[in-house]
Amino acid sequence: MSDDTTTETTVDPVKLDLSHVEATPGSPKPTSILTVDNVRRRFGGMTAVDVDHLEVEAKAITALIGPNGAGKTTFFNLLTGFDVPDQGSWTFEGHSLGGKPAAKVARAGMVRTFQLTKALSRLTVMDNMRLAARNHPGENMFASLVPPLWRRREVEVTDKASEILERFNLLAKADDFAGSLSGGQRKLLEMARALMTDPTMIMLDEPMAGVNPALVQSLLGHIQALRDEGMTVLFVEHDMHAVRHVSDWVVVMAEGRIVAEGPPESVMNDQAVIDAYLGAHHDTDLGDDSLLDPAILARLEEEEKKR
Amino acid sequence: MDFLRILEQALGELIAPTTAAYALAAIGLNLHFGYTGLLNMGQAGFMLLGAYGFAISTIAGAPFFVALLVAIIAGALFALLLGIPTLKLRGDYLAIVTISAAEIIRMVGRSTVFNEQTGGSSGLTGNSFKETFLGLSPLPDGRSAIGPLEYLNNGSDSWWVRIVAWSVVLIAVLLVWLLTRSPWGRVLKGIREDEDAVRSLGKNVYAYKMQALILGGVAGSVAGVLFVLPRAVQPDSMGRSMTFFIWTILLLGGAATVWGPVIGSMIFFSVYMLLRAGMRSALPDAVSSAQIEQIGGMLVGITLMCLVIFRPQGIFGDKKELSFNVR
Repeated sequence: MSDDTTTETTVDPVKLDLSHVEATPGSPKPTSILTVDNVRRRFGGMTAVDVDHLEVEAKAITALIGPNGAGKTTFFNLLTGFDVPDQGSWTFEGHSLGGKPAAKVARAGMVRTFQLTKALSRLTVMDNMRLAARNHPGENMFASLVPPLWRRREVEVTDKASEILERFNLLAKADDFAGSLSGGQRKLLEMARALMTDPTMIMLDEPMAGVNPALVQSLLGHIQALRDEGMTVLFVEHDMHAVRHVSDWVVVMAEGRIVAEGPPESVMNDQAVIDAYLGAHHDTDLGDDSLLDPAILARLEEEEKKR
Repeated sequence: MDFLRILEQALGELIAPTTAAYALAAIGLNLHFGYTGLLNMGQAGFMLLGAYGFAISTIAGAPFFVALLVAIIAGALFALLLGIPTLKLRGDYLAIVTISAAEIIRMVGRSTVFNEQTGGSSGLTGNSFKETFLGLSPLPDGRSAIGPLEYLNNGSDSWWVRIVAWSVVLIAVLLVWLLTRSPWGRVLKGIREDEDAVRSLGKNVYAYKMQALILGGVAGSVAGVLFVLPRAVQPDSMGRSMTFFIWTILLLGGAATVWGPVIGSMIFFSVYMLLRAGMRSALPDAVSSAQIEQIGGMLVGITLMCLVIFRPQGIFGDKKELSFNVR
């Protein structure tokens, strides 16, 4: 690192930028890489996603949290082209990505992983990695018949894959079938594979789900390393401890909407977040006799409806 | 007991043109199912279309290679037509569409509407389209024998047909070997495992599936040409049971292996012959020859079931590779 001499005086520039951002839903960011406007997705009568405006800061780690069924994964699927919204638009690095198929979104530099890991089981770990490389002439049907046309690129890709696998402690497994890896190793492989595409933004859908605590630490380290290399990370997570530990900014979704955003230290104390997670009347004692009063009950019901 | 003659017949099946035709069709199906995970249940339809394309254009006066090209284009167009609506849907739909499309081809072929071109249910006789192919033969007339196998040099059931058919199969094996060890083949295998994962890495999954469908379909239509060279074009001999034979061959040899379809076809037909000829000579009074055909067909069905249940990786497949396929 060249800026070693100035470490004691510098504050993380991303943190600094974000410290000026207002902690309200849809607040503008100084350098937004992903800007979402009026995205709606309905499943029959149920509105799964209803996001008016959201900006994601570039080169920062943004966590997307919210209770089960808040629409986080659906929102992810919409942004990455795996689902089509009923309306709405969004831009990534200034280019509109709305309605683009998933492969094009990935080629634009926004690469995702999945909640249920999708390791390609009957391919080796190394082939999983090589498959993700971009601009491989050997992936053309006709060129593939003439190995001299693509052998050089294959060597480059293999070298790069070895480097990334080394970093994720998977190099020893390179020649094993991906199906033989443990759940945690598959999460690592999926993240490593996404890196093979040289993404500008990486979208992780619950990277810590079903991973043992020791591996969680290492996964968090990898996520931070991605940010330090200049990548933007947006991740969905349930593990609040992990979120607080690693993220620069937190966006909270509930019932399809964005109900709060802010720095991780303060957002958890936001009334809207507490309501979203625990219900607005979580401290109301159900044994309270006053609930028997129809007037009070009606008032509470009215409040619930308004939310 | 003419035990030797039965063995000889089984040996002959190893190199029979029909065995080669089925091997090539299974190679095409292997590209679909073994490498890309596409469930094509209508490979016989591709074969019938190739046979019609070749025979009808030859009868219309086309030279051999033009007629072959017509068969290839027919197979490619059929694949394109089936793929456009179905490749975006889940895999099972392709199975339903292909099996019905193959039946449609057969029904249209045997209907009286196109009697003039297809000959209806009686089909097209071999002599009407074989001349151009036999005319290409450099072999002198006469008979030749290699070991116990003796055939005419030229003609329907000849060495010339065998040489051409197996050369085509070898070329197809070479192509599949080159394709599947390349990065292109790696993408296909990735799609077989999980197409959403491949999509998320920026690959145009639809285009790859289409390429695989067309390539395998063309292999099927050329196999159809090989299949009819020693006989007539008979729509009813190229129906669903043909598709199931091809599946049995593929699963016997081992899906997603380069040599599996070829060895599978050789074993399938020689054992099939051994069984039928064996039954015919062992129980000549107990069962009629028509019944023997039917018993043979039943045994094929039982073999297919046993394979899928007990040895899904086939003869050449890697058991380890298959054991991860638990989803």
